[in-house]
Amino acid sequence: MTPTAAPEAAPDAAASEAVPAPSAARASAAAGGGPVVRTQKLSLTFQTADGPVYALSGIDLTVEEGDFVSLIGPSGCGKTTLLRVIADLEQPTDGDIQVNGVTPHQARLERAYGYVFQAAALYPWRTIERNVTLPLEIMGVPQAERRARAAAYLEMVNLAGFARKYPWQLSGGMQQRASIARALCFDPDLLLMDEPFGALDEIVRDHLNEQLLNLWNTTGKTVVFVTHSISEAVFLSNKIVVMSPRPGRIADVIETDFPPDRDLDFRETQAFIDVAHRVRMGLRQGIADDD
Amino acid sequence: MTTDAQVTPAPADAAQRGRLRAGLDRAVQGRALPIATVSLAIVLLWYALAVWLNADLQINRFERADQSWTFGELVLATWAQDRPMLPAPHQIVAELNKTVFQTGITSVRSLVYHSWVTLSSTLAGFAIGTLLGILLAVGIVHARALEKSLLPWIISSQTVPILAIAPMIVVVLGAIGLNGLIPKAVISMYLCFFPVAIGMVKGLRAPDPLQMDLMRTYSASRWQTFWMLRWPSSLPFLFASLKVAIAISLVGAIVAELPTGAQAGLGARMLAGSYYGQTIQIWSALVAASVLAASLVGVVALGERWAHRRMGAQP
Ligand SMILES: Nc1ncnc2c1ncn2[C@@H]1O[C@H](COP(=O)(O)OP(=O)(O)O)[C@@H](O)[C@H]1O
Ligand SMILES: [Mg+2]
Repeated sequence: MTPTAAPEAAPDAAASEAVPAPSAARASAAAGGGPVVRTQKLSLTFQTADGPVYALSGIDLTVEEGDFVSLIGPSGCGKTTLLRVIADLEQPTDGDIQVNGVTPHQARLERAYGYVFQAAALYPWRTIERNVTLPLEIMGVPQAERRARAAAYLEMVNLAGFARKYPWQLSGGMQQRASIARALCFDPDLLLMDEPFGALDEIVRDHLNEQLLNLWNTTGKTVVFVTHSISEAVFLSNKIVVMSPRPGRIADVIETDFPPDRDLDFRETQAFIDVAHRVRMGLRQGIADDD
Repeated sequence: MTTDAQVTPAPADAAQRGRLRAGLDRAVQGRALPIATVSLAIVLLWYALAVWLNADLQINRFERADQSWTFGELVLATWAQDRPMLPAPHQIVAELNKTVFQTGITSVRSLVYHSWVTLSSTLAGFAIGTLLGILLAVGIVHARALEKSLLPWIISSQTVPILAIAPMIVVVLGAIGLNGLIPKAVISMYLCFFPVAIGMVKGLRAPDPLQMDLMRTYSASRWQTFWMLRWPSSLPFLFASLKVAIAISLVGAIVAELPTGAQAGLGARMLAGSYYGQTIQIWSALVAASVLAASLVGVVALGERWAHRRMGAQP
């Protein structure tokens, strides 16, 4: 529509070659070698008008640096709540939690994590580029670097040509990719993702799964990923945490050792099917307990 | 290359013009006809009403002059009185023509002059009122204590009739030496801050929980959350409020001219007209006020369209 978009984007092309290095100012507490996330007997009870809701109960979870951990479980088992506790968006009622060796609150102030919500939550009055640079603006990154980083991360999520578009001009999958670029662009070591592909169709989802795996391999970030898809969890993670509802608790933890360069066809292999089976058993057990 | 670039836009341009014309045609067929019909009906009804309302006076006059009259003469006479109960449309048009176009705009007989006097206090009151409304809303949204303490006062301020409060404001401000524009602007402001405050409280609270959570994950400061999220979210609400606010600012400015004993302004024109039974003068001031109100709302609507486009809204 606007002929000005192309020439203005051009000067940044050179800058977008390399992904900028993490800012030196932000010291990583996890560099000491401790776990990125560690919870002990973590519980959270919501007090509602209909009485207490036991969202989380006695959660012991450890996420090591570089892990890709999936939280899987039926809807209402507390996956989102657990992620929000890690992000300091929700306060636990009991137990301990540390993120990067400090409280979630401190970790949030240190901008330790990028959060990808279930919905893209892009601001409709900002272009895709300016949505991606939002956290950088907040963190006071100079404009030239903001634009360079936006270009680099939009490239990474295959949205290079869409910097000047507004969110409504993009499909749901593209919007979610933009929101992933937004979470990555300030280079947090920890990525928290709450069913980021839940609203997308399976073909787009497969494609994004492959991209995400690739991203994890190349950046070495620690990821905590919420899903209720078995194949997504098994395909992406090196650690699968199976949760069960009422009260939300951990039913099983499965560690896998799949080749890092696996592609979608890997889902046909016996190793994959075995792990998927064990996840399914864990989920079934959780439901059976409930009856 | 250059010739190419110069030639290619032409067909696109023509196509656009063609589309514009088609759009115009549609608008004429779709809207103009009903509007014209209704307008015509109103004018006819008005002339009929003028006959009906002014007839008694006219018959009296004929009888006092011992003059015989036909119905046709009566009708024409009711449309040509000096101080009719209800002036006919063409009388108002003639008066408007005289006081708007045939009189120098600095003359006290010029309606442009009077409109300007009212407009200046309207705009001053609107500016201050808008600012006050926004500040109150910002305070209310950010401090629960302010919501509890301020909101009841804000709401009850509007339950007091402006006609009761206006003279007091004028007297009090006059006592401390403030005359002229200021008391009128204050009365305007008193009316117009309210819709802005209420609309902006709603607008600043418009961001959904996810959008707010996002700001929290970045540890954004309150100021950043305000400027990058709450404020842009509130703009549609702001403009909706401003359209109401500018219209009642004008009402406030006109009302304010009544107790101030103002010599100038549309309100003063109406008041003077009613003292001397100059109904034509009252009606033309009324028309001027409506034209002014419509233009002011139109300007705000233009601002709204501009802001909408700047914010990349879906057309
Ligand atoms: N803010 C809240 N207030 C009250 N109950 C809540 C709140 N958030 C979540 N819950 C309840 O806590 C339980 C776990 O929710 P959630 O973590 O969203 O589950 P999941 O993400 O696994 O579907 C559900 O029963 C839900 O209704
Ligand atoms: Mg959830």
